[in-house]
Amino acid sequence: MNKHIKDWVNKLMPLGALILVYAIFAVIAPPSFVSLKNLELIVRQTTIVGIASLGMTLVIIGGGIDLSVGSIVALVTVVIAWLLMAGSSPILAALGGVFAGLVCGFINGALITRLKLVPFIITLGTLLVYRGCAKGLAHEQKIDAPLSWINELLAALKPEHTWMIVPGGVWLLTLLAIIVALVLRYTRFGLYTFSIGSNEQAARLCGVPIEKVKLLIYGISGLFAGFAGLMQFSRLTVGDPTVAQGLELDVIAAVVIGGGSLAGGEGSVLGTILGALIMTVIRSGCTQMGLSNWVQEIVTGIIIVVAVVLDRMRHKQT
Amino acid sequence: MNPEHRLKVENIKVRFGGTFALDGVDFSVAPGEIVALIGENGAGKSTLMKVLSGAVIPNEGSMLLDGKPFAPRNPEEARHSGIAMIYQELSLPATLTVQDNIFLGMELCRPLLGTNWILDRAKMRNAAESALRELGHDIPLTTLVRDLSISDQQLVEIARARAVGCKVLILDEPTSSITRQDVQRLFALMRNLKAQGHSIIYISHFLEEVEEVADRFVVLRDGKTVGGGKIGNSTHEEIVALMVGRQLTDLYPRSKRNFGETLLELESLAGDAKLQGASFQLRRGEVLGIFGLVGSGRTDLIRSIFGLDTIRSGNIKVGAYSGQASPAQRWSQGIGMVSEDRKGEGLAITRTIAENLVLSFPQSCEKAGTFSPSTMEATADEWIEKLSVKCRASGQRIGELSGGNQQKIAFARLLHHGVDVLLLDEPTRGIDVGSKKQIYEQIDSLARNGKAVLIVSSYLPELLGICDRIAVMNRGRLSEPKNVEGLTENSVMLEAIA
Repeated sequence: MNKHIKDWVNKLMPLGALILVYAIFAVIAPPSFVSLKNLELIVRQTTIVGIASLGMTLVIIGGGIDLSVGSIVALVTVVIAWLLMAGSSPILAALGGVFAGLVCGFINGALITRLKLVPFIITLGTLLVYRGCAKGLAHEQKIDAPLSWINELLAALKPEHTWMIVPGGVWLLTLLAIIVALVLRYTRFGLYTFSIGSNEQAARLCGVPIEKVKLLIYGISGLFAGFAGLMQFSRLTVGDPTVAQGLELDVIAAVVIGGGSLAGGEGSVLGTILGALIMTVIRSGCTQMGLSNWVQEIVTGIIIVVAVVLDRMRHKQT
Repeated sequence: MNPEHRLKVENIKVRFGGTFALDGVDFSVAPGEIVALIGENGAGKSTLMKVLSGAVIPNEGSMLLDGKPFAPRNPEEARHSGIAMIYQELSLPATLTVQDNIFLGMELCRPLLGTNWILDRAKMRNAAESALRELGHDIPLTTLVRDLSISDQQLVEIARARAVGCKVLILDEPTSSITRQDVQRLFALMRNLKAQGHSIIYISHFLEEVEEVADRFVVLRDGKTVGGGKIGNSTHEEIVALMVGRQLTDLYPRSKRNFGETLLELESLAGDAKLQGASFQLRRGEVLGIFGLVGSGRTDLIRSIFGLDTIRSGNIKVGAYSGQASPAQRWSQGIGMVSEDRKGEGLAITRTIAENLVLSFPQSCEKAGTFSPSTMEATADEWIEKLSVKCRASGQRIGELSGGNQQKIAFARLLHHGVDVLLLDEPTRGIDVGSKKQIYEQIDSLARNGKAVLIVSSYLPELLGICDRIAVMNRGRLSEPKNVEGLTENSVMLEAIA
């Protein structure tokens, strides 16, 4: 019984950290920090990193890493803007952008499984390749695009839409998070992802189709980067090939703060979402207090290291 | 189906390059029978296991499973045919739960829109529960495997094997790292499986355990089946003679040695893991051998002396120093070590010969207070010449050399450092006879020149050939060292497997 309690304590630790961080800022930051409006802002600001980190959760549980996420997001914003400018409907442009992300992800997966190179190297390469593609497609400029419903996905709700509680993009994040959590728990693919990250050789011995599963993992990571790119475009209203530089690091940090292990085999959707929220709360709190960007960066950096150290200590105990 | 044989293996031969790893192996196992496979290290047991589990394809010979030809091309095929292998180093995905481990690779699913992607967790939970209950044990299904003891992990592997519908269960040294009580529990389980008609192949060094649980035994030596029979019809001595069965050769030089003062002394040393108690004195001019089987704690002994593993109790005295020390301190106290794991920790495999050689003692290559690469290369050239290492140049990457030549450099590191006490862990494992002979000659000349050598080996002839005294490690305890004159291979082996 004792063990079950311990398990739950472990699972709830990121939640405890989120509440703690929020409580600290609630005390030291101006009252506007705890306003509903700011809460909504925090949730909206978490959406881009949150969606991308769902894919990264799969990748990291599977013992891999995907460094190309930020570049895919930039490429997707460019593709959407380019399609809109070419006269396609918003829905087609959105689907086209997300599809571009999926293709990028499958390219990563194909290279990793065919060339048998570590994902770090492959995605470090495609990080540059996809960024270059985005810049080439956009002729190294921002692409302006006509306004459409896409831009409402992540904007503050109009008064007549308050029945939605939060904007569509946040609902998409919620929906995707639930789907990924269910997939991890209730499908073969989920089980295989855990087993590959835990012990690839043993998984192979058990007859797990390693290559297929990895291809799918990176494909999904690309797909989710595609959705994140759609959200990024929604916020920017233009296609910007230089956007989201270093986003992959925020995404990885969200997974790690949420209990994901870079050694593979561990991680959860709930943890990842909480990890992403923790980072946004810190940012929002620091901004409200008028602290500079560099303070936020130092605080976030410390949180990442502390999260991993705590995680390590937890494991030593068992 | 032939009820006499579940699995029959005939005249299996496996060639690696020019040498036979297996050179004619025959044995069989019937339904409801436990056959013990015994033999010294290097007798070919592990290669035979690889053949059965589909990891190695034999060059000659045939296998029959339930009377039908059985020739697995890969581990998956062997598994599907009903061969389940439980390795000494357990290999379960450690962050998965017990339940997930039992079913990994053959999950029970519920159909959804014509697919079978959706796991039927309820069904798997019931099946896993009954699988473990049939084995007479209950482990909480949601426990992570990494939180289980080794013997509970074995249980999960066995439950897994049964759930796949295995016909032949192979256990490779399952008792080497579990406690006495757990051994009894495992044996009870094996008898239980046997009663249910499973065939079990049991690989072990421990003759007593073999006699306790097996119905028959088969002895392998030098890749051949050299004998076997019903348990109870042969004595310990007869079985050991079958396992050993060879003569000493003049591979081993032994010059007149003069023993001096004690350089290294252990007083009931115990470590955190396997090492339970070891005491000895190692004198100048002496070569002391430690014999022990895999998992007996022999490597832990050397690692504890050298400061790589922590010490729980007891004491180590090195000359005037006493107590624990880090590897760096040991080097400065005049002790050097050659690891059994040459690629993993013995050498920096992607760096050059010269760098590997002077790594412990870069001060020797300093000129006017700064490190001099040219001095390093000149130093390395000297040792390459002295030990006739076959290589292009001292700047060559050490990973490109043969195992024997790599080992010469690992050994030369200690010679170059000029240590007084050499700790050698399996210094001749996996190297050619010519290199072995050179290493034996070096050890002999070191002893003649007043150095002290501690050598751990699982190859008895070499210990009997080059050592002055031999102590035996058995389940973490080291026996009193005995003079080599009174020892035979059989007597040492008996002590190691008692």
